[in-house]
Amino acid sequence: MYETLSSFAQTWGLGFFVLMFLVAVAYALWPSNGEKFRAAAHQPLIDKDPSDD
Amino acid sequence: MNTRADISRGAGPGFSIGTVSALTGLVALGVLIIAGNAADPMMAAHAWTFFFLTVLGLLITGLWAGSLNGRNPFDPAIYEDTIVKFGVAASMFWGIAGFLVGVIIALQLTFPNIFYFPDLGWTNFGRLRPLHTSAVIFAFGGNVLIATSFYVVQRTCRTRLAGGMWPWFVFWGYNLFIVVAGTGYLLGVTQSKEYAEPEWYADLWLTIVWVAYLLVFLGTLWKRKEPHIYVANWFYLSFIVTIAMLHIVNNLAIPVSLTGSKSYQLFAGVQDALTQWWYGHNAVGFFLTTGFLAIMYYFIPKQVNRPVYSYRLSIVHFWSLIFIYIWAGPHHLHYTALPQWAQTLGMVFSVMLWMPSWGGMINGVMTLSGAWDKLRTDPIVRMMIVALAFYGMSTFEGPLMSVRAVNALSHYTEWGIAHVHSGSMGWVGFISFGALYCVTPWLWKRKALYSKALVEWHFWLATLGILFYIVAMYVAGITEGLMWRAYNEFGFLEYAFIETVKAKHIMYMIRVAGGLLYLTGALLMAYNLVRTALGHGEAGEATAADAPKTATPALQPAE
Repeated sequence: MYETLSSFAQTWGLGFFVLMFLVAVAYALWPSNGEKFRAAAHQPLIDKDPSDD
Repeated sequence: MNTRADISRGAGPGFSIGTVSALTGLVALGVLIIAGNAADPMMAAHAWTFFFLTVLGLLITGLWAGSLNGRNPFDPAIYEDTIVKFGVAASMFWGIAGFLVGVIIALQLTFPNIFYFPDLGWTNFGRLRPLHTSAVIFAFGGNVLIATSFYVVQRTCRTRLAGGMWPWFVFWGYNLFIVVAGTGYLLGVTQSKEYAEPEWYADLWLTIVWVAYLLVFLGTLWKRKEPHIYVANWFYLSFIVTIAMLHIVNNLAIPVSLTGSKSYQLFAGVQDALTQWWYGHNAVGFFLTTGFLAIMYYFIPKQVNRPVYSYRLSIVHFWSLIFIYIWAGPHHLHYTALPQWAQTLGMVFSVMLWMPSWGGMINGVMTLSGAWDKLRTDPIVRMMIVALAFYGMSTFEGPLMSVRAVNALSHYTEWGIAHVHSGSMGWVGFISFGALYCVTPWLWKRKALYSKALVEWHFWLATLGILFYIVAMYVAGITEGLMWRAYNEFGFLEYAFIETVKAKHIMYMIRVAGGLLYLTGALLMAYNLVRTALGHGEAGEATAADAPKTATPALQPAE
C-alpha cells in the first residue's frame, strides 16, 4: 500500500503538479491577457462606491 | 451581476442577525451544560468565559437590533467600514499586549533571579512564551489580516461585504478564540504543539469561525462588480483556505471527555511530528507570508498611487508560492526519525522557495519605480519597503538554514530566534504598521495622520529595535551553536550547557533593549492612530475639496 501510494505520488502526482503549474505560468504570460491584467492592476487605484456604475 | 447581488440581498437584514444569534445562542446553551458538568477547573473557567461572553454578545446584538427602527444596517450601497475600524483597534491592542509579553519573557531569560516567581505558576516562561507567540502572530497578525482583507475585498470587488451580520460573527468569534487561547496558556491548558497550543474545544470554535470567514470572503467575491479578481484577493483566499486545512488536520485529536479540557492527538511519533511541522511551516507560509503579501499588493500600490510593477509577475509569484511552500515543512525535522528522503525533499523545496519570494519582493519594491522620492518623504511607504527588505532577507536566510549542514549549526540555537524575528518584526510587523497607518485616515475620513513626525519616530525606533534584537541573537546563536559542538582533545564536549547559557547573557540584555524600542514605537503608533481617528493635528477635518470617498492622494488617469 505504502509502496503503491508513494510511487504514484512520485510519478503521476509530480507530473500532474508540474503540468498544473505550467498552465498557471502560461496563463500569466499569455500575450492576449495583457490588456486584462493592465486593467486589473489599475483597479485598486480608482475609488468607487458600491453604488457607482 | 445585478441578479447575483439581488439574490444575496434577498433574505433581508434580519435573516443574518437571526442566524448569527441562533448559532451564538446554541453555543451559549452548550457551554452552560459543560460549565455545570466540568471535569476540571480549567474547563469550568473556560466554559463560563464562553458562556458569559456569548450571552453578552447576544444582549448587545439584541439591544442594537432593537434600536434600528427599520433602518437597514447592511446597506448594500455603502462599504462596511465599521468592522474594519474595530479590526484596527483590536490589532493595535493585541500588538501592544504581544510586544509587552515579549519584553517580559526576554527579561525572564536575561534576569532569571529577578523575574522568576515560583509561587505564581502562571508567570512561568513556559506559560508566557506561547502567550507571546500567539498574541503577536494570531491576535495581532490575525486581526490585521481579517481587518485588511475585509477592507480590500470590498474595494477591489466594489461591493459591500457579504453575509450581513456574519462578518461581525467572524470578528468577535475570532477575538473570543484569542481570549480563550491566551487565558488557557496561563492556566496551563495546552496540547503542546507549537503555534497550535489551544485545546480541542478552542480548536472547534475556531473552525466554525474560520468557515464563516471563508464563506463571507467567497460571498463577497461572488457578488463582485469588477470582472477580474484582483491579485490581493487571491493571496487572502489562499491564506483563508490553507489555514482552514492546516488547522483541521494538525488538531485532529480525541478529547478524554466532552466536559474536560484534555485531549490526545490522533497521530503519534514521527507522523505527529511531520504533521505538526507541515502545519507549522505552512502557518509561516500561508498566515505570515501570503496573507501579508495580500496587504503588500493592495496597500503599496494604493499609497504610492501606482499600479503594481508587474501584474504578470504577481500571478507567477502567487502560483509558485502555492505549489512550492506546502512541501517545505520537513526542514524542521533534520536529523530526526523522519526518513532522510523526506528531509531532503523539505530542504530542496525550501531552496526553491527563494526564487518566488524574491520575485515578489522585487515586484513590491519596483512598484515605486519613478516615485523613489517617496522613500524619503513618506515614512509609511518607507516602512512598507523596509518590510519587503526584511521579507527578502528572511526568505534568503530560510532556504540557507534549511540546508542540512547549516541546520546542524543553527537548529535549536538563538539563530532560529533571530530568523523568525527578522521575519515577524521586520516583515509582518512593518507591513502591518504600514497598512494600519494607511487605512486609519481612509476609514475615519481624515486628511492625513495626526503626526507624520511620530511615524518617523516609530520607524527609526522600531528599525533600531529590530537591528539590536537580531544582531544580538545572531551572535548568541552562532556562539552557542559552536560551543555545543566543540570537543576537546580527549573527545569530550568542551563546554557544559550552563556555560553556553552564560555566554549569551550580554546578548540577552541587548535583545531586551531592542524589544523595548520596538514596543515604544508601537505605543507611539497607537497614540498617533487614536489622535488621527479623533481628527486632531494634521488629521484635521476632511473638507469637501478632498476626495469624498476616501482621503487618498490625487489619482492618475486610469488609462
